[in-house]
Amino acid sequence: MSGTAQHLSVDSATGIDVTLPIAGIGARSYAFVADWHIRLVLGLAWYGAAALLYNYLRGEGLSVAPPGANEARWFGIVLSPALALYFLYHPVLELAMRGSTPGKRLAGVRAVTRDGAAPGAGALLLRNVFRLIDSLPVAYGLGLVLVALTREHVRCGDMAAGTVLVYERSSLAFAFAPAGAAGAAGALDLATAELVAELLARWPLLTPPARAALARRLLARCGRAAAELGSLDEAALHRALIEATRAAGAAP
Amino acid sequence: MSTAARESALAHALLKRAPLWQEAEARARRFSRGRSDDAAAAARVADDYRLLAHDLARARALLPRSRAREYLESVYAAVHATLNHGDWRLGATLLRLLRVGIPASMDWLRPYLAWAVALFVLAAAAGYALVDRFPELIALFASPDLIASVESGKLWTEGLLNIVPSSVLSVQILTNNIVVSLFAYCSGFLFGLGTLYILGLNGLMLGAVFAFVVRHGLGAALATFIVAHGCVELSVMCLSGAAGAAVGEALARPGSAGRIAAFRAAALRTGPVLLACAALLVGAGLIEGFVSPDPAIAPAFKVAIGVGYWLVMLALLAGWPTRRQRANS
Repeated sequence: MSGTAQHLSVDSATGIDVTLPIAGIGARSYAFVADWHIRLVLGLAWYGAAALLYNYLRGEGLSVAPPGANEARWFGIVLSPALALYFLYHPVLELAMRGSTPGKRLAGVRAVTRDGAAPGAGALLLRNVFRLIDSLPVAYGLGLVLVALTREHVRCGDMAAGTVLVYERSSLAFAFAPAGAAGAAGALDLATAELVAELLARWPLLTPPARAALARRLLARCGRAAAELGSLDEAALHRALIEATRAAGAAP
Repeated sequence: MSTAARESALAHALLKRAPLWQEAEARARRFSRGRSDDAAAAARVADDYRLLAHDLARARALLPRSRAREYLESVYAAVHATLNHGDWRLGATLLRLLRVGIPASMDWLRPYLAWAVALFVLAAAAGYALVDRFPELIALFASPDLIASVESGKLWTEGLLNIVPSSVLSVQILTNNIVVSLFAYCSGFLFGLGTLYILGLNGLMLGAVFAFVVRHGLGAALATFIVAHGCVELSVMCLSGAAGAAVGEALARPGSAGRIAAFRAAALRTGPVLLACAALLVGAGLIEGFVSPDPAIAPAFKVAIGVGYWLVMLALLAGWPTRRQRANS
């Protein structure tokens, strides 16, 4: 196996390498910030709800203030679970989600071993133990520097555990494209089928005038009359695009 | 037929196989999650692998920038991982770690453990000798409150449960111990020097405090307090130090494999021991919170708990609970 700046290549028995695109500092930071917010909100939500309930049941009204003395129940019911949610979030979820977390899912990345597999329990725990070093001196300073400087964009924990963060390609985005193109013998040529699929995938991200203009051009390539297209509104154009892929044998 | 027309025809033919790729993806996903043990389906995954390799090679040539190629890359990677690494079950993974990982890791760590124990004992002896000879040096190792308490003839642990409940104390202690233990290990990243420093400092402090307490006639009381949880706690400190030293040595003397590869290999070999250390420290923390400070529990019982838990630790690290299963397999 080897890695270039952007890809991790893994040798395979068929002679065709498996290539996995390596996530850079941006995707990693995005995933971490998302996870950090999730665990912070979870921890605070637990603390707030449990503290309110605890104080209310003790007849002290709706308050989140801790009791004056060290109370075991307060510690066990309110504080410990909130801290556990915050500090054990990464190791527990990475174990349960095979190298992923909600933040990583959001950023479209996951941790894999250097041969492309889901990391084992030992590697995942080790990866998290080394957060102690990566977080030094503050705000993951060392980890960020290592990610920026290393060829495979790995932090100390990844080096220790032999893991790499790679992009996960979504199979959902593909649902239109190949099938539309596959049945395109009659209606859509390959390039148009791919373009239609691209446009449908990006539809929510484009401004209404831009997507309407692109839809008209693509539908014209599919053989629809220009006069007919001119009278269609944005929603009708979207439907027409979907019908075009369906007519070509797509599986929307 | 022109090249462009031919390539277009080939691409069309290739893309017509998309449903096969989607079936292959679904099959690989079922296997990787351990949801299927069907031999015929497993054979089909092997066929899928060949089919996908063939189609991917074509897609790379014919459709290099398409999402079809991207999708094929992802399915091919998933099938490759499923075939080469099997399914991923959390329970089985943890069990394998317990049965194989921890004992193998311990075997490898033995020489490092010997060095770590030697360093810790020597540091403790040095600390003891230092404070025994120059009592005023205790100020370097202990807090003013601790010193005042011992000088007034009382251990700082007396009446601890009147101030902090056992459960709170346990969680505080076990959290602190786990962080110290993990930090002792991770500090091996500094070519082993961080680990040696933490190990030496802890040994020095233990010896110094003991010498100070003994001078004030409280040695037996401190030993009684420590014995229930200390046997495992101190052993774990040496274990994580040994693991950190192994990682440090891999960085300092990487051999022909290269520094990062040697570091990775050492970290992966020592990782299982660290997991065992964290688990053992949870038990030690509970003992330290509930048993050690309780004056109602007889010293002999505390000794029995300490020795018993230490034997459990040895059994876990040597893999005794699963030895028969390993021998059978």
